[in-house]
Amino acid sequence: MIRIQPEPFDPGAELAQFAGRAGDAGAIASFVGLVRGEAGSVDLLELEHYPGFTEQVVAAIGEEARHRFGLDHFAIVHRHGRLSPGEPIVFVAAAAPHRRAAFDAVDYLMDRLKTEAPFWKREHGPAGARWIEARASDREDMARWSDRGGERAGH
Amino acid sequence: MKLLFFGRLGEAAGTRERIVDLPEGIVDAGALRAWLGRDDPLLGQGLLDPSIRLVRNGAVASGNARVADGDEIAFLPPVSGG
Repeated sequence: MIRIQPEPFDPGAELAQFAGRAGDAGAIASFVGLVRGEAGSVDLLELEHYPGFTEQVVAAIGEEARHRFGLDHFAIVHRHGRLSPGEPIVFVAAAAPHRRAAFDAVDYLMDRLKTEAPFWKREHGPAGARWIEARASDREDMARWSDRGGERAGH
Repeated sequence: MKLLFFGRLGEAAGTRERIVDLPEGIVDAGALRAWLGRDDPLLGQGLLDPSIRLVRNGAVASGNARVADGDEIAFLPPVSGG
């Protein structure tokens, strides 16, 4: 399940709904990303997306994670539009037979979203506005997965 | 043809979306970029950045893909999701 939406979401409610759908899985892991205020230097975060294409790319990333980690279910919720510091921006959850696959899938999904999901961020603050791009560290995080194709978790 | 500019390219273009009549002779993305840059050097410079990806009618395309009137062409700067 993926959702790209301008409305705020409640991570607790998302997790509860996900757990309801994934009742037969042995393990669920989830992650919530929040807008950083960067010590007062960011008042507002603006996210652009490409309607249709963004959903297509995010869904493909989810399906790859499902295949790679043998997931029973996954969920990705991502905001676009204008967000304030402290607001949830992304929710990712993975359900799998065992914990390692669920943990790894969430980590992998976030690395893929950071480096590939078609969103463009602009921070607005007292010093003006600036576009944000994936950092070198995000690409390094993503590279960790390139030599670990297709392993499945144990207990 | 519908053109879409995201992120900093939208700022350079002054708009996120532009409808244009494609002149005859513009048959690939390279010529399209050059044509767009002729009237708008700031945008033209932005479009030439090697980090810009092209999406044609919803599918990732090469930087010199063929283009035709009626296409939706999107120019995508490096992304920042999550």
